[in-house]
Amino acid sequence: MIEDVNMLTNPIVEISGLTKIFNGLRAVDNISFEMYVGEILGLLGPNGAGKTTTLQMLLALTTPTSGDIKIFGLDLERNREKILKEVNFSSSYVAMPYSLTVMENLMVFARLYNIKNPQARIVGLLKDFEIEEIKDKTVRSLSSGQITRVCLIKALLNEPKILFLDEPTASLDPDIADKTRRLLKKIKKERGISILYTSHNMREMEEMSDRIIFLDKGRIIAMGRPEEVRAQFKGESLEDVFLKIARQL
Amino acid sequence: MKIHRVLALVIRHLYLYKRSIPRLMEVFYWPFLDLVIWGFITIYLTKFKGTLPDFIAFLLGALILWDILFRSQQGLSVSFLEDMWARNLLNIFVSPIRPIEYIFALMLVSIVKLLLASIVMVIFAWLFYSFNIFLLGLSLIPMIVNLVIMGWGLGIITMALILRLGQEAEVLAWAVAFLFQPVSAVFYPVSVLPPFLQTIAQFIPASHIFEGMRIIISGGGFPMHDVLWATALNFIYILTALVFFYWNFSIVRRKGLLARIGE
Repeated sequence: MIEDVNMLTNPIVEISGLTKIFNGLRAVDNISFEMYVGEILGLLGPNGAGKTTTLQMLLALTTPTSGDIKIFGLDLERNREKILKEVNFSSSYVAMPYSLTVMENLMVFARLYNIKNPQARIVGLLKDFEIEEIKDKTVRSLSSGQITRVCLIKALLNEPKILFLDEPTASLDPDIADKTRRLLKKIKKERGISILYTSHNMREMEEMSDRIIFLDKGRIIAMGRPEEVRAQFKGESLEDVFLKIARQL
Repeated sequence: MKIHRVLALVIRHLYLYKRSIPRLMEVFYWPFLDLVIWGFITIYLTKFKGTLPDFIAFLLGALILWDILFRSQQGLSVSFLEDMWARNLLNIFVSPIRPIEYIFALMLVSIVKLLLASIVMVIFAWLFYSFNIFLLGLSLIPMIVNLVIMGWGLGIITMALILRLGQEAEVLAWAVAFLFQPVSAVFYPVSVLPPFLQTIAQFIPASHIFEGMRIIISGGGFPMHDVLWATALNFIYILTALVFFYWNFSIVRRKGLLARIGE
């Protein structure tokens, strides 16, 4: 899966001893990992494992109780603005203003990220995602699959070096989900961006991820290439591994 | 502060009004209705209170100025709610925007909204009741500025509370300004309040502005003392509101509430 083994020497995200405690509950418990340039890192685990909290801390939406987050070698808390210019995020659980058209919404975000020649960039991405015809439609009139793709376009507007994706294909039909995965892999290959990916679709995780991190009860219980994790848990597939962990087998 | 980020959010909010009749009603309809109803009440009351001078001017002037305060507060808090309802706050706060840029953008949105609402009220007050708010002359400028700043202060506090308490606290967006209305001496002088409320009113910037308005209408000249008091209090109000917002924002980040807001 990893095309260039050398990229593993170049961490773009460094997490060390990251912990988040909510009202005495350890949502994330002393996790440490690195993410490398051009890598797709899958973050998986059962509900409540700490995936979303980890993602929120990486996006500076939630402050850690303890531990360090370094992105591009910079401390996230002290360099929030600088770092967030170079990253982006998309989630199937986040929407956009419904009464604005697709173009209006994307132009707002293009201005927010100070994109040069925003119209051309937006049209190019709409073409890539095969939804050029909806640019003048209001978000209200779109299907959930189309909204997801518009959110993905928003996440690619600033040509991020790191993309955080929270279940990006959750509301897409198999055909569009497959096209989206191909497109993300193409973008990753062409631009060498790093992607942190969460999904409950184990087949997708296996297909997409160069490495995966398995979280359970806030802790990392496995980390490595999908085949290494499968071997560690003696599972035939990641789904098999997931079920074993979720059912504590 | 990056102006492109501020303008991006201003444009985002102005887009909302392009094709939304209910939102346009919020800007034009309610101020217009307020004016019509209060105008007729005033005319009716003057029949019985013929001895009270400038009754129409007092009430309509107060109504227009109160609406400025209310609109500037709402300009912030309702625009913030729009982002919350649209589940768009995450998209905004994962961008490099700073909280102060977000607040500043909503301040600009509130100016646009209250300009539009004020134009409607001023025109109809003149057409229907021959009341010309510009009779207040240049004194109007520091008064309006003070009311707008107090409205922003209340709007920022409202946003902070909604951030902290979640969507169930959205009623505050409409309620907070009215909490201050009884002690703001909008439609009556501070002297009619019981002594303890008079003391509280001294610390409300709007009460000085409305007292000042009545002084001007009665021909008492520019109320320098009241305007200075209001300005000093507003300085404290806006500073306190910003500190309160940042304090709440850090708690919201610590509790992980930012990602859950709107749920």
